[in-house]
Amino acid sequence: MSSPVLRGLIAAAMAAAIPALPLAAQELRIGLASEPSSADPHFHNLGPNNQLRRNIFESLVGTDSAQQLMPLLAESWAPVSDTSWQFNLRKDVTFSDGSPFDAHDVVYTVCRIPGVPDSPSLFTTYTGGITGLEVVDPHTLIVHSAQPYPLMPTEFSTFGIISARANGVDGSALTFSPEGCGDDMPVPATQAFNDGSAAIGTGPFLLDSFRRGEGISLVRNPGYWGEAAHWERVTMLPLTSEGPRVAALIAGDVDFVENPPLQDLERLNADPGLRVVQGISNRVIYIHLDHKQAPSPMITGTDGANPLQDIRVREALTIAVNRDAIVERIMGGVAVSAGELLPPGMFGAHVEGDLPPRGFDADRARALLAEAGYPNGFGITIGTPNDRYINDAQVAQAVAQMWARIGVETQIDASTASTFFSRRNAFEFSAYLAGWGAGTGEMSSPLRALLATRNSDLGLGGTNRGQYSNPAMDAVLLEALRTVDDTARENLLRQASRMAMDDYAIIPLHYEVTPWAMRASIDYEPRADQYTLPYMIHPAN
Amino acid sequence: MLVFLLRRLAQSVFVLIAMMVVVFFGVYMIGNPVDILISPDATPAEIEETMARFGFDQPVYIQFLKFVGNALQGDLGRSFVHGEPAVQLILSYMPATLELALLGLIFSIAIGVPLGVYAGYKADRWQGRAIMTGSIFGFSLPNFWVGMLLILIFAVELRWLPSTGRGETVEVLGLRLSIFSSNGLQYMILPALTLALYKASLVTRLARAGTQEALMQDYVKFARAKGISETRILFVHVLKNIMIPIITVLGLELGSMIAFAVVTETVFAWPGMGKLLIDSITTLDRPVIVAYLMLTVLIFIIINFAVDVIYTLLDPRVRVKGEAA
Repeated sequence: MSSPVLRGLIAAAMAAAIPALPLAAQELRIGLASEPSSADPHFHNLGPNNQLRRNIFESLVGTDSAQQLMPLLAESWAPVSDTSWQFNLRKDVTFSDGSPFDAHDVVYTVCRIPGVPDSPSLFTTYTGGITGLEVVDPHTLIVHSAQPYPLMPTEFSTFGIISARANGVDGSALTFSPEGCGDDMPVPATQAFNDGSAAIGTGPFLLDSFRRGEGISLVRNPGYWGEAAHWERVTMLPLTSEGPRVAALIAGDVDFVENPPLQDLERLNADPGLRVVQGISNRVIYIHLDHKQAPSPMITGTDGANPLQDIRVREALTIAVNRDAIVERIMGGVAVSAGELLPPGMFGAHVEGDLPPRGFDADRARALLAEAGYPNGFGITIGTPNDRYINDAQVAQAVAQMWARIGVETQIDASTASTFFSRRNAFEFSAYLAGWGAGTGEMSSPLRALLATRNSDLGLGGTNRGQYSNPAMDAVLLEALRTVDDTARENLLRQASRMAMDDYAIIPLHYEVTPWAMRASIDYEPRADQYTLPYMIHPAN
Repeated sequence: MLVFLLRRLAQSVFVLIAMMVVVFFGVYMIGNPVDILISPDATPAEIEETMARFGFDQPVYIQFLKFVGNALQGDLGRSFVHGEPAVQLILSYMPATLELALLGLIFSIAIGVPLGVYAGYKADRWQGRAIMTGSIFGFSLPNFWVGMLLILIFAVELRWLPSTGRGETVEVLGLRLSIFSSNGLQYMILPALTLALYKASLVTRLARAGTQEALMQDYVKFARAKGISETRILFVHVLKNIMIPIITVLGLELGSMIAFAVVTETVFAWPGMGKLLIDSITTLDRPVIVAYLMLTVLIFIIINFAVDVIYTLLDPRVRVKGEAA
């Protein structure tokens, strides 16, 4: 040990080894399942982008792990008339460049949203209903709409606020109009968010770097108004292949991964150094039926009639499916059988047990088919994506076998998501499997999109590719969408959901359960919105 | 000569145009990008508005003419997903791919040449046969499987090397590269090995055949008679003579290593052009797919064109045929 060279080597080796440990305590490395397309909070309304956005740009209203609203940049909100909401903003908030946050920044943000160039999916979905923004004082904002708009606070939870001042705009000179706020209003380019120069928000983290394909790096915001995040630095790596993502966790290259594949959960659970958490998501997997086209494109053996227009056939197809078997055998127990389109506990869903999943009864299903005039069944094809939802094509395969057992000869037409959705949107399927995540966390989201009669003007039925139409349910739903009182609205939504389920409008299969895997030393509360939010990841107790 | 060159140029342009047409319409037929890109929450009116903004509401031939018009002005369009010019996007992914291909090339030579020379030297012994049998695995094992296996062995079990991603980078001449940083280099070893395996087998076989042939030459016999050591004969005299075909083949293979490292880059989450291509295909990001494949075609056209020109300079017969026709 006396050799200075040897001592030097050992010291160097230790110096090389040591920084890894203390850093690990403050640094979190996450393996993402899908990569955000931009760091611009208003460029692309897409899960991975919105997940990243929440770390850097906060919204007025927050959502908790069950997607219930909670105060964030707004301390409180309340309706002040039938068509307006008042938001009372926090007073102690500053943007990361030091400029104070106030109501003018909200106006500026809403003004910027419709004009983001080249955006593949604008946030106007959430701001389109705003007809006026009234700044009463810098911390009081009144939002006007043409009709009663009970979901206004929910809409304000979907987009992040950017600073007017940091972008060279005097907010107090800005007036909002639904037609635009003036063409000369300077707005940051999407590129400026990606290179970090415009990434100025109020969130718990600051954007350190955004490198496509390589990773995103965040650092803790030292001036954050709320509870500081535990991590000094967070690195998010896009590890889009399942196997390598899990391998990276086991190898210790990342501390936390999204969506480990079901087949690996057992092994991950058995490893004492790792932890798996899972929670029910807002995403229902369903089979939609063609209610309109006759003859329906993929039905055979009915002489051109569309048997799906008969409620007895729809009931037969619904009760022919053994949901518990699918959950147990195909989903490995990591899913929950569904009785409607939103899991119990979320707004507008029935209380557990009130609208349970339809029981499996093959005999009754056969009898119903015979009664409807199809004693020998008919032929049908289920369209399904094979790379979009967890085990999607296998689930469709299982349903096909169950339908075959009651005499409905069923084929599967599985294709990659990009092809599938285009074909579905062109009404090419008589029955298709897909999923719906309730972005707003309440029942109006799936009912509006999947089951309301298609109506462009009202923005209804956008994803109702089975073309279901039930005027009675539409009326209850529209009533709910006008009702500002929460209790009354929730009852109306439940009523509308029950009407649709009693009509066997759609076949709910199961709710996806989202798993996350991480080192045993950290913990994460599962979220219904399936987001991975680094500021919510904590050391385990 | 000039006529010949002009005609080759015209043919190359034709190939480029044909490629553009095929890819454009092929991707168009797969589906509508808006169906994938837009939020499911969007209202039907917003979907229509987005379609109009990207020009998808127009008939396909108009979309194509617009694309061609812009392409003639050097603009291959903007990525639907990222909102950036497609070419710029591809170029930003390029350094990672180039450095990986280069390291892969070095690995395939470092592994393939010694094994091949040795196999040629011991052609009839078990060592030679074992190496040749081994090279069959190199040809036949699928890339993603090899990649996963390497990750399992070296990253998960032994923990010698990082599993996926790109490590530290250093800026060299304005490009961010991993190959000059020791941390970055560690991240490159496994993907480069995966990429090199197939080429290494190819090199092994070429080197073996060359060595077998060279060993029968007079200069080897003479060197042996002079008493020069076998090692020196093999790795100095023989090696020099067998490297020419190996370098020719590897030069051509480099092109495919750059353009089609798709699987390896996906398995190792390596942020190269191949991964960009796959991601663009799943989101139907047509401008990027078309630009990428056109760029690839361009690379191959340039290589072939250069080869043709060199041939005409070297081989009078080609030139004569060209002028006669």
